Amino acid sequence: MATHTIEPAAGVRPPPERPAGRARAPRGSLLEREAPLGFLLVLPMAVVVLGLVGYPLLLTVWFSLTDKSLGSDAVSFVGLANYVGLLDDPVFGRTLWNTFNYTVTAVVAKLVLGLVMALALHEVSRFRRFFRAAFLLPWVVPSSLSVLAWMWMFQADFSVLTYLGRQIGLVDGNIPWLGEAGWAMAAVQTVNIWRGAPFFGIIILAGLATVPKDLIEAAIVDGTNAWQRLRYIILPHLTPILVVVTLFSFVQTLGDFQIVWILTNGGPVNSTHLLSTLAFRTGIRGADIAAGSAISFFVFPALAAIIALQLTVMRRKAK
Amino acid sequence: MSALSGRTSRPLPTRPARMPGPVRRLRLTRRLLITVTMALFTVFTLFPFAWMALTSLRTGSDLYRVADRPFAVSGLTLEHFRALLSETQFLTWTLNSLIVALSASAIALLIGVPAAYSLGRLRYRGGAVVGVIVFSTYLLPPALLFIPMNIVINRLHLANTLGALILVYLTFLVPFIAWMLSSYFQSLPVELAEAARIDGASRLQAMVLIDLPLVLPGVVSVFFFAFTLCWQEYLYALTFVRSTDKQPVSVGLVNALQVGDVFAWGQLMGGALLGALPVVVVFSFLMDYYLSGLTAGAVKG
Repeated sequence: MATHTIEPAAGVRPPPERPAGRARAPRGSLLEREAPLGFLLVLPMAVVVLGLVGYPLLLTVWFSLTDKSLGSDAVSFVGLANYVGLLDDPVFGRTLWNTFNYTVTAVVAKLVLGLVMALALHEVSRFRRFFRAAFLLPWVVPSSLSVLAWMWMFQADFSVLTYLGRQIGLVDGNIPWLGEAGWAMAAVQTVNIWRGAPFFGIIILAGLATVPKDLIEAAIVDGTNAWQRLRYIILPHLTPILVVVTLFSFVQTLGDFQIVWILTNGGPVNSTHLLSTLAFRTGIRGADIAAGSAISFFVFPALAAIIALQLTVMRRKAK
Repeated sequence: MSALSGRTSRPLPTRPARMPGPVRRLRLTRRLLITVTMALFTVFTLFPFAWMALTSLRTGSDLYRVADRPFAVSGLTLEHFRALLSETQFLTWTLNSLIVALSASAIALLIGVPAAYSLGRLRYRGGAVVGVIVFSTYLLPPALLFIPMNIVINRLHLANTLGALILVYLTFLVPFIAWMLSSYFQSLPVELAEAARIDGASRLQAMVLIDLPLVLPGVVSVFFFAFTLCWQEYLYALTFVRSTDKQPVSVGLVNALQVGDVFAWGQLMGGALLGALPVVVVFSFLMDYYLSGLTAGAVKG
């Protein structure tokens, strides 16, 4: 406030005399100033974001505190009853654990596999473009379509995976890929890892290219072994990239829907539901909008925390 | 630095003509390790697609002999593709996907490009906050929003229409485009636009006539990435569009060929391959650009 009396903030009032260079700026002097033009250009996006993201987000919170169901207009406020009801529901408890298990297992596996993929790819000079494209294919193909190949490979009686396992001697009889809770969870995680590991691999590969060559060569001259170079030179250098890509993957995996929905539909006996699939079954198929909203909102705190962390990391790196 | 590379002040020794035995053996193990790793990853990433292609081309009797001799092929056939194209609504789903992806991406560009210019080029109070909101919005998954979005779509009387998808896809396309292109705008030299303004051009003229042509390659690429994002979307399409003749390929294929317990596996695999084709084509042309955009964000922040 004090600054106001000393000198008016820029943009409050146009300066009495324009600098020579700007004197000929044509019509619409408002659009010649950065702030009004900036706001004007951002306005359509703001409408989309506020109307189609902000408003639904608020609706989720509101619905989760009511008894709203599809097709009924009579809505009454019920406080936290939906949330309390969920916590008493064993299916929801299982789903919460599944979401945690699915996300953490898949992200860690994708990180490790992606790192190995990148390290191997980094050493390859021939057919590098081919390998890069081949590895990236699972990431590129829409997962609602590629998951169908896995569904076919996971069919109990016609599974090529079971056949291969039997040939190697690992498997005896049939594997109930999608028919038994433990197998089914492993199956959906496998598909998520299959789809997401290449993304890690390609990003980390780009990071490997920025590790200074002379540092590695010096370490070789100093008689270090490959593991020591990885542990003490390469990994520390990659850390910022690994953090960013891991956080990004956490967000993506936490919101995953179609792999589980198409492969298991949450079954057998509700054992593989994620928050997203349970919310769909409850809120869309079951028309219980209130409970569905509460379920999908459960993911929000974790999501918000990860996004906040992501923003902090990126801002720190920008400096 | 000097502590680490203290011993390298002399030039690095060139590789000796004959390596000592242990070193050579080490190199061999290393190469073997890399080759095996690459082979395993190739099989892991590509096998499902190969299996898909094989399934879509084999005769019905071969299909179900998988249990004992899955790789024995007695004959290949295009029957599944014929049935897919003539007996199912596959072409309708593809057309729906095309309509939605092209319109949503085009509209999103109209909204997203000005926003990107504003965020990347203009300085004003609150600009940084808008940037943060855009990035966060891009990260919000459809799984968080689809239930209330369904209500919004119903209120707008858009339920069961392609328009619903076009509208809703803007929620992730516009932030995506604004985010990708704002750094592109930022990387442009400001001198050209400034020179134009000294010559009497307005800010808007400088933006449209000077800066926009410079980012055109970026705009074209981002358009195609937006297109692939639409093509891949599943949850919103499943939620808002119930009738099969209005569904995009991502949803239609899965729903229609999965009647009860009977699966038309040959057609399903063929449809999945054809349905993935447009996206694969886009990426095969723009992979390098996609990777540089993706990694610039991750590597440089």
